[in-house]
Amino acid sequence: MERILGILEQNARLSVEDIAAMVDMTPAQVAAQIDAYLQAGVIKGYRTLIDWEKTDEQRVKALIDLKVSPKKDHGYDEIAHRIALFPEVESVMLMSGGYDLSLTMAGKSFQEIAMFVAMRLAPMDDVLSTATHFVLRTYKKHGLSYIAEQKDERGANC
Amino acid sequence: MDYNKFLASEAQAIPPSGIRKFFDIAGKMEGCISLGVGEPDFKTPWMIRDAGIKSLERGKTWYTSNAGLPEVRREVSNYLARRFGLQYDPESEITITMGGSEAIDLALRAVIDPGKGQEVIIPEPAYVSYAPLCRLCGGVPVPLPLRPENGFRPDPEDLKVRISPKTKMLILAFPGNPTGAVLRYEHLLPIAELVKQADILVLTDEIYAELTYGRQRHVSIASLPGMKERTIYINGFSKAYAMTGWRLGYVCAPHPLLEVMVKIHQYAIICAPTTSQYAAIVALRDCDESIEAMRTEYDMRRKLLVNALNKMGLTCFDPEGAFYVFPSIRSTGLTSQQFCEKLLYSKKVAVVPGDAFGAAGEGFVRISYSYSIAHLSEALSRIEEFLKELKQGKA
Repeated sequence: MERILGILEQNARLSVEDIAAMVDMTPAQVAAQIDAYLQAGVIKGYRTLIDWEKTDEQRVKALIDLKVSPKKDHGYDEIAHRIALFPEVESVMLMSGGYDLSLTMAGKSFQEIAMFVAMRLAPMDDVLSTATHFVLRTYKKHGLSYIAEQKDERGANC
Repeated sequence: MDYNKFLASEAQAIPPSGIRKFFDIAGKMEGCISLGVGEPDFKTPWMIRDAGIKSLERGKTWYTSNAGLPEVRREVSNYLARRFGLQYDPESEITITMGGSEAIDLALRAVIDPGKGQEVIIPEPAYVSYAPLCRLCGGVPVPLPLRPENGFRPDPEDLKVRISPKTKMLILAFPGNPTGAVLRYEHLLPIAELVKQADILVLTDEIYAELTYGRQRHVSIASLPGMKERTIYINGFSKAYAMTGWRLGYVCAPHPLLEVMVKIHQYAIICAPTTSQYAAIVALRDCDESIEAMRTEYDMRRKLLVNALNKMGLTCFDPEGAFYVFPSIRSTGLTSQQFCEKLLYSKKVAVVPGDAFGAAGEGFVRISYSYSIAHLSEALSRIEEFLKELKQGKA
């Protein structure tokens, strides 16, 4: 069954009919399966991959490392949930290694993000330290190259 | 200067490959998408590339023995036994060549006496190189038309009537380019009987053997009783391991045949590329899983294409091998050439006309699925638009 997820992960815009042909199922079965994935929260949604650097839109992206003090009984969950409530924050992940939580966020300017960290994140009781890394350039994301398009160099020989 | 007096007439007479024609135009066309290539879109698995790089770092930059590195031949022998149940002695029955292409050339040169009208039966539609190479060796290619109603498999009756006292060899290339047809055991059996009765050789080009879909594994004619002794078996790394640019293949045959082929190989190219041979050891030994991963991906694309083309009215039989579908375009009333030309100029999609693979390919086009799903989807929707416009008389 995971084959449908594998296909959708690579290409969310394929029709149910096409997917059905690829996995030897009927379109109705595929539709039902996708529905079940949505109901179960396995499929979280469908989005578009956009290279904003190619547009006039000003966007700044940052990765923020947080060291936090875990709470008795709740561990890291409570603070992570609280941070996840900020709409500015795109993702919150608990990490192994040198720090605890990894955040990604987007803003209109470096300043906007820096202010958010200084005014909203850093003062939180359980936040011990923050380190903000601004994204300067994206080369590859979601398995796709964001630099030059790779040209098909193959000729018609065989 | 008049170069005609210098050029060999037979070399001049053979036609250029019909695969290229539309791609030279397509290459210059802005926004054109191709479904024409005959090589994998995957990159060679990293492990294999790394082995090539390591060999260069260690300074392995000399010629190898003519027949190829002993270790590669040993691994070929193991691989053929493991994957296809074939038994070949690495010392005396296997030679590493510069791609399957060189092996085809070697086999024809070793077997055909020029100018004696010796015949080679070639089932068509077929890969473009067999007939020209046969002619350059001074042999006579005898086309054996494959019929769509037989799933593009040779009909034993058709074969029987083409075997003559001058027949030297039958070429089998299954899974087939351009049709995607495969031969199962039951299809091979009557062919093997005819070949044995007529006392001729078989050249079997099994370069697409690993790309066979469905539950049954590929069966080689060399594995049938009494056939190994009259079979020249060719395979290579290009398709199964996505290694086209490494130019590496191999030929297995009874020692008396192979010995002569190695002699020609020695004079013509000395040995296959050394770096590629070192990389091949890893491919043969450690990469069964990579083959499987690529095969699974091809299979999904194949089903997507077959389903979509059939729905559009371009009927195609179920291609069970290689990475091509070969739909009939007869419903459009166009010839293969007209279809390809119109599709290229009106929708900027390049496919190969079936007649590039022999007269029996007329009425069909070859579509490769060696492309990403997104690329295929875009091409399919353009083809669908094209067919609609054809019906409305617009294209």
